[in-house]
Amino acid sequence: MSEKDLKDCGVARETLVTLYSRMLLIRRLEEKIAELYPRQEMRCPTHLSIGQEAVAAGVCSALEKDDTVFLNHRCHAAYIAKGGDIRKVMAELYGKKTGCTKGRGGSMHLVDPDVGVIGASAILAGTIPIACGAAMSYKRKKIKRVAVCFFGDAAIEEGTFFESVNLALVWQLPVLFVCENNGLSTCTPLAKRQVPVPIHERVKAFGMPVAAVDGNDALAVYEAARDAVARARKGKGPSFIEASTYRWLEHVGPNFDWSLGYRSKEEVEDAMRRCPVKTFEERLAAAGILTGGQKTMLRDEISERVEDAARFGKESAFPDPHELLEATDG
Amino acid sequence: MAEARRELKYWEAISEATVQAMEADESVFVFGIGVDDPKKIFGTTKAAYERFGAARVFDTPVSENALTGVAIGASLTGSRPVMIHARNDFMYYCMDQLFNHAAKWYDMLGGLMRAPIVVRAIVGRGWGQGSQHSQSLQALFAHVPGLNVALPSSPYDAKGLFLAAIRGDAPTILIENRKLYEVSGPVPKEPYALPVGKGAVLKKGKDATIVAFSQAVQDALEAAAVLKGAGIDAEVVDPRWAKPLDKDLILSSVKKTGRLLVMDTSWKSYGVSAEVAALAAEHAFSDLKAPVARIALPDMPAPTTQALEKVFYPTVGDVVHAVEKLFGRKRKGATRLRPAAKETFTGPF
Ligand SMILES: Cc1ncc(C[n+]2csc(CCOP(=O)(O)OP(=O)(O)O)c2C)c(N)n1
Repeated sequence: MSEKDLKDCGVARETLVTLYSRMLLIRRLEEKIAELYPRQEMRCPTHLSIGQEAVAAGVCSALEKDDTVFLNHRCHAAYIAKGGDIRKVMAELYGKKTGCTKGRGGSMHLVDPDVGVIGASAILAGTIPIACGAAMSYKRKKIKRVAVCFFGDAAIEEGTFFESVNLALVWQLPVLFVCENNGLSTCTPLAKRQVPVPIHERVKAFGMPVAAVDGNDALAVYEAARDAVARARKGKGPSFIEASTYRWLEHVGPNFDWSLGYRSKEEVEDAMRRCPVKTFEERLAAAGILTGGQKTMLRDEISERVEDAARFGKESAFPDPHELLEATDG
Repeated sequence: MAEARRELKYWEAISEATVQAMEADESVFVFGIGVDDPKKIFGTTKAAYERFGAARVFDTPVSENALTGVAIGASLTGSRPVMIHARNDFMYYCMDQLFNHAAKWYDMLGGLMRAPIVVRAIVGRGWGQGSQHSQSLQALFAHVPGLNVALPSSPYDAKGLFLAAIRGDAPTILIENRKLYEVSGPVPKEPYALPVGKGAVLKKGKDATIVAFSQAVQDALEAAAVLKGAGIDAEVVDPRWAKPLDKDLILSSVKKTGRLLVMDTSWKSYGVSAEVAALAAEHAFSDLKAPVARIALPDMPAPTTQALEKVFYPTVGDVVHAVEKLFGRKRKGATRLRPAAKETFTGPF
């Protein structure tokens, strides 16, 4: 897929910089987590989004604050892109009471209702119909909001995905389905699990407006999401975006995993050369939107925020175990 | 038999049982999410995959509901499917097929057919697995008539109960606890099946009965050793099956000791521990010298933070304390807050 010149793309400079800074923030925070994780102080299954940042940044930058998002196990990126507090992410991973679910949910359940992150489930496809329910509620109440669900390519193998697609169309719900297709379910490639018809083609057959975009191109994702959200707000029903992307690290945890043998080191390195953050940074520079000085400032600011969040997480207090038992144990 | 005592780990016992079942019966196949991937379900499907190949050990789409139906259909037509779930939690998608179909096929259709599926349901307790990756659903499965539910607590049981399930005619769920996977114990080499619905007395005792399931059996045995030092001779009973439940074994022990502590690895309310307690109340009331005690999980989803996990899961100290209470004794200090045994499971999965 060819990339647009950012200079005359018709998208506000401010938005383009936001796309970049959100991706960078996700990347830096995820890298920090990968660095700290082996110390065994963050003790919960953690699925990093390194390499997939453009999908979350692109979609969430097309949303208003009170639009809502519904996430899966790999939820850090969209939580951050939607405006979630990164201090609360770090605290949650450390299991602290200042975490976004007070240490109850862990990495797979980042939420922040104040910025519209309403749910994140570790059960594949779990939040897809829930997003449809939110959309139904907006429609009934005549609120011009949009509900978005993010899920991986494997989630569409659950029956509830196609049930949801059907009812969202029948009821013309203001919902946006975002499939982050990284071609893998844990270690199993897509071709072993699904028919060789592209995912968006299958969904299109229902009569759904679909877009297939390069999920490493934040602008392409943004434009598809912007159009889908505009349709939904006008009462024109649901849309589906298939964003093709690539997971750099192991399915769960902070390491590279080519040693497992299900994909080659070359394949991963090839994807890393097409890094969504770096390529966007180069395009911004080429278009004269981001000068070297601005870039450095932004990077420094983000690094500082990430360090602060990590410190905050580590230094926060654990929840008091007595409260748990008093509340629940007879 | 002069055979040298051979030890296997729990997961190795499952692996060996799988291979032996597939050797003995060509109609056995193994499927589920990730069964052939590099990690091979914590190693348990590796040997079978290497031996029998992709035709009999195969990965699936992430479609638990349909896959359960597929297993049932295959089982009704001469196949012996073994379906594997890396977490119990993913099995809520299977419930309609399990409860409305597998469990009903025999009685609903006049006893003409059975659906002999075997489902391996792994529990991912601890290390921040949290509310959707650590559930243990034996009570749900046991509640709906028509399914057998086994909970192997040792490598010996892991093999014997798997082979009982695969040789039997009833749809059977095997609840395997990840905490037990690295535990070693004696396992005979030749294939053997443990009897359906029969438990075992793992330690004889005269003062109190501890009925424990799955991983709780380990805690019960450890506690019994501590209690011995405190002058209490506890009997440890492992029913092995939540369904059918070995009522006779439990009742004869309770009638002998007059005191009962029930331990389950899942929630307390409406759970397997409640069933055992009710059994004692109904059939051994006059033998009881103290109210029945229970140790199970608090009625809430599992928290992920280590600070709360530590108190969410009972410790050996809790068991000791609970048995002493049956004698009206009180420990000084809060045994409840004793640090849990060292974690061997270090994630991330
Ligand atoms: C119902 C259910 N079945 C199985 C799993 C185990 N599981 C966790 S993540 C995963 C693969 C998910 O792949 P995908 O949805 O494409 O998202 P990705 O991890 O690639 O981002 C699987 C099979 C689960 N969480 N839920």
